[in-house]
Amino acid sequence: MSTMEPVLTVDGLRTHLFTRWGTTRAVDGVSFTLHRGETLGIVGESGSGKSMLALSLVRLTPEPAARILAGSVVLDGTDLLTLSEKRMRKLRGSAISMILQDPHQSLNPVFTVGNQLAEAVHVHRPELAAAAVRERVLDGLRKVRMPAPERRLRDYPHELSGGMKQRIVGAMAISADPRVLIADEPTTALDVTTQQRYLRLLREIQRETGVAIILITHDFGVVAEACDRVAVMYAGRIVEQGPVREIFDRPRHPYTRALLDSRPRRDVRLDRLPSIEGSPPSLVDPPPGCRFAPRCRLAAERCTAEYPELTAVAPGHETACWRWEEVS
Amino acid sequence: MGRYVLLNVIRGILTLLAISVIVFFLARLTGDPIDVLGPENMAPIDEQALRDKWGLNGSLVEQYFAFLGNAVRGDFGPSFKYPDESATSVIADRIPRSLQLGLAGVLLTVLIGIPLGVLAAARRGSWYDRVAKGIALFGQSVPEFWLAIMLVWVFAVQLGVVRTSGRAGWSSIVLPSIVMAVFGIAALLRLFRSSMLDTLGSEYVKLARLKGLPRSRVVWKHALKPAASGPLTFFATIAVRLLTGATVVEIVFAWPGAGLLAYEAANARDFPVVQALAMITSTAIVVMNLLVDILYAYLDPRVRLGQKVMA
Ligand SMILES: Nc1ncnc2c1ncn2[C@@H]1O[C@H](COP(=O)(O)OP(=O)(O)OP(=O)(O)O)[C@@H](O)[C@H]1O
Ligand SMILES: [Mg+2]
Repeated sequence: MSTMEPVLTVDGLRTHLFTRWGTTRAVDGVSFTLHRGETLGIVGESGSGKSMLALSLVRLTPEPAARILAGSVVLDGTDLLTLSEKRMRKLRGSAISMILQDPHQSLNPVFTVGNQLAEAVHVHRPELAAAAVRERVLDGLRKVRMPAPERRLRDYPHELSGGMKQRIVGAMAISADPRVLIADEPTTALDVTTQQRYLRLLREIQRETGVAIILITHDFGVVAEACDRVAVMYAGRIVEQGPVREIFDRPRHPYTRALLDSRPRRDVRLDRLPSIEGSPPSLVDPPPGCRFAPRCRLAAERCTAEYPELTAVAPGHETACWRWEEVS
Repeated sequence: MGRYVLLNVIRGILTLLAISVIVFFLARLTGDPIDVLGPENMAPIDEQALRDKWGLNGSLVEQYFAFLGNAVRGDFGPSFKYPDESATSVIADRIPRSLQLGLAGVLLTVLIGIPLGVLAAARRGSWYDRVAKGIALFGQSVPEFWLAIMLVWVFAVQLGVVRTSGRAGWSSIVLPSIVMAVFGIAALLRLFRSSMLDTLGSEYVKLARLKGLPRSRVVWKHALKPAASGPLTFFATIAVRLLTGATVVEIVFAWPGAGLLAYEAANARDFPVVQALAMITSTAIVVMNLLVDILYAYLDPRVRLGQKVMA
């Protein structure tokens, strides 16, 4: 975090879903930068487009509905969106990898854990002999602090607990030393203690490998615990981003403010944010102005007419609100 | 795994016993075979000889156990129609021919049906998928005899590229095995397409792509294997039907297999042959199901450990 060397730069990313019911603007002009060794949190309510954003970065959005229409995703100087599928495939897992939301669904039930781990190594290093692949697999399992890793290799996923499965998925994700690791709500399917242990583990892995992490969550508690910077997403756009402390202390967007105010207590797990009035807007044909305006206490005429672009309000802190000075 | 196989073997044996009871008593329901089939006004001494020969001495229960004991050794008594031959030997001539045709049909079914279904799912919505849907609809609705006659008419009568009937050279097996395979191809295509759509949409397939695996490998390994166990049960039904002699196809193509024999034997009231065919067919079904259960356990590790699988 100290060096601030950018690893991933996303600019103007736009991913829409074309369905029978209309066009869903799931990601609608998202820009952010991820630096080496840092963890960027992305928070937002359910349906705000977080997963679609993550999948766009690795170009695995649902086919044939989704199309990435505009923008760039530059990883170490290469725009991923311009690569052929063949070259993109080679970067998946090796340069940019991802941990999915539900560890119980993430592993293939009919193959052993060892088989699935070995595959992830082999696909990027086809020249390695079986013994060398095995060594790397065990190495990965040790990195995620898996007890008795040798014995796990012959297990099938259903023989393992949720926490163990998530570690295995984690080991898989880091097995080819990626530069960027996206974790899409990696803990929501786990119980609270397992959740915290997992977040700590991600931190340790980051210290050891310097991997940059994008941590998607709808829980500001997780952000406080595990992130350096945070971007708040609302209806397909980032409405505010900045260092975690800064955002917590001086939110400059009414939506962020509302999220922070409605933060559930530590011991209560809620998937929704109950105290924000109204419901998230439909991503089909959104209104021209600020998308939060219909739910916003501060909304003025301008807010419903014109969309506020992100503007810097402090070093590294940007907000997309016409009336940010009045928030706090 | 050993325990799982053993349980299935025991279940198979019990099934066969139950079937043997049905086969035996059904034949007896129509009356004493001597009255039905023996010459009229037989001398008592001749009748006794015939009873000995056909195993009709003692109570029904005794007769059943005699029948069972012989059946286990593959002896179903002499054929009524060909008194010089045993029912078993009448059948033994025909079974390899049905197997030959059935195997060709099963191979075609698997080699065409599964890839078509997999590709239809992998390219959902494309023109290819639409063609596959058309094939499935056609294959499941076209009557077998009509298709058989049409193929004979086009390829044998009009084009003259194959013989119309009987077994002569490899080309004579082409048309009947295609006719036999069409239904199974359509069925497997549909079943694999729908189960593949499920697995292709799964999180573990997404993760396999995230690892950097090529899409083809994800489709044919990560999506196909978990998708295979559902259609397997149905496949067993199709395979048994094909392997034990498809009567309609054998009649149309005059293919001298077990299916044609069953038709002839039933017409001639040749009970031993009918009974032997019934028992052999049942055994084939039971063995096939056993193989499927073992394959099922191989495909899904949760079955192997005796856990319940959610469908
Ligand atoms: N396969 C799909 N086809 C069509 N629309 C989809 C598909 N997947 C998601 N969407 C839509 O895209 C929008 C963004 O969904 P996304 O999954 O990115 O939300 P999210 O922020 O990850 O929510 P959650 O917190 O519930 O995971 C939603 O409006 C959703 O309905
Ligand atoms: Mg999501």
